[in-house]
Amino acid sequence: MVGFSTLLYKELLRFWRVVFQTVAAPILTALLYLLIFSHVLQDRVTVYNGISYTAFLVPGLAMMSVLQNAFSNGSSSIIQSKVTGNIVFLLLAPLSHFQFFLAYVLASTIRGVSVGIGVILASTVFVSISMESPIWIVVFSVLGAGILACLGLIAGIWADKFDQVAVFQNFIIMPMTFLSGVFYSIHSLPDFWQQVSRSNPFFYMIDGFRYGFFGESDVSPLISFLVVGSVFLALSFVTFNIIKSGYKLRN
Amino acid sequence: MIPALEIKGINKSFGPMRALSDINLTVDQGEFFALLGPNGAGKTTLISILAGLCVADSGLAKIMGKNVVVDYQSARMNLGVVPQELVYDPFFTVREILKIQSGYFGNRGNTEWIEEVTNSLGLLDKMDQNMRTLSGGMKRRVLVAQALVHKPPVIILDEPTAGVDVELRKSLWKFMKNLNSQGHTIVLTTHYLEEAETLCKRVGMLKQGRLALLDTTQNLLKRFSGISLSVKTTSSAMPKSLDHYSMDFLSDGEWVFRLSDYSEVEGILEELRKANLPVKSLSLREADLEDVFFSVIKDN
Repeated sequence: MVGFSTLLYKELLRFWRVVFQTVAAPILTALLYLLIFSHVLQDRVTVYNGISYTAFLVPGLAMMSVLQNAFSNGSSSIIQSKVTGNIVFLLLAPLSHFQFFLAYVLASTIRGVSVGIGVILASTVFVSISMESPIWIVVFSVLGAGILACLGLIAGIWADKFDQVAVFQNFIIMPMTFLSGVFYSIHSLPDFWQQVSRSNPFFYMIDGFRYGFFGESDVSPLISFLVVGSVFLALSFVTFNIIKSGYKLRN
Repeated sequence: MIPALEIKGINKSFGPMRALSDINLTVDQGEFFALLGPNGAGKTTLISILAGLCVADSGLAKIMGKNVVVDYQSARMNLGVVPQELVYDPFFTVREILKIQSGYFGNRGNTEWIEEVTNSLGLLDKMDQNMRTLSGGMKRRVLVAQALVHKPPVIILDEPTAGVDVELRKSLWKFMKNLNSQGHTIVLTTHYLEEAETLCKRVGMLKQGRLALLDTTQNLLKRFSGISLSVKTTSSAMPKSLDHYSMDFLSDGEWVFRLSDYSEVEGILEELRKANLPVKSLSLREADLEDVFFSVIKDN
């Protein structure tokens, strides 16, 4: 237990040491998205009845920040340790595979959720935000961050250089996030693109998360929970087994 | 008594390259053991297998009776490794690094031991400095301290004195000898063979992934006893009359003859005089571990 809590503490301290880069900067980026998109689209786009576009945008941007930062944390920590070689100190330690997995996923989840909270708090300066069902907000933010933390760990372990992590982030994570309904409701899309969106697990994370704020969503939060929960369990299983196998870590 | 290290039939390949072939080795508790060999002989690979940094293709490795694969957590609790590369985490100070490393091994209240280790290694005034600001020698000391935070019964040092000054080498060996006298088993790889000869009672030599030699330092020196005569002349060639001697050309006209007796010296000098080759410098010394090393690497 001491080993696990030490690794968790170290991972939290690592991102806290560069808090402007890891927390403050993504909050500012999300606020800029909010200001620009709401200014341009506020009077042109109607989403849910009685909900302004600016208010609609906040949960989407918050969740996008949660996901991207949860991914960044795990992937950058592992690849940095691999490239600089200091991962050896962790590999020499008597930590179990599960402790290794859990500490990294939890640290990434905490960073992702911290950024998400920051985005929501900062957004309240510009728009009033209601929370119809806070439990769903917590469930989807934690599960979403957990999924991206797993993906970040996989990317960090798989990559041999920073460039490969950037490919993973920019060509897979970023498009899947942007095309999942951060800026729009999928009901505004043609049928074909609605179907495409429904095959993107990121859509369910954002849609379920948004339900927590407005009590309204494109699909039922229970369906979103089943999809997101299943993806989290499947990715946790894969990530844990990659760590256990020692793939690209113990070779 | 359970051996500190038990290695049986270890094989390891990296693609087509065979890094280790059928390594069998036992190191008893309390030993100061040297693992020698040229670059690429497989020393670091063997250490990596013991430390769980890579997995052997076949064979068995145990640390204090704990299998490094099946019972990896117990095995690692018993082992401290000083890695060869100067690696560090740039986010933390020395104090934080040692505290974190200690925590990985389940220790929280061991500040006294950490103080003792850092004091012995001359790190006390560097504790609150970030690793990035330390010199190479100081970083090396932190690596040693990291390996010792959990007071492991078995300590492996992979070329700990590569590129460090004489002062650190001396203080490090003093500290290691002290740990060894307290019962810690120490395994050392080094290219400074005089270190191994002075410190280690037993030596294993790896050559191209095979354990080419394993014996006590004393026996090895006896087995390879002899005299080395270094002669520097004005020519890089030696007279044909000296061909029956075992000799190596080093560089710049310097030759080393391997002799079994001092009486042979006069004969060699006479042949050089006859060949009109003036001697610029000459030295004689008895065989040491370096001669054993070269002999094994060349002939085995």
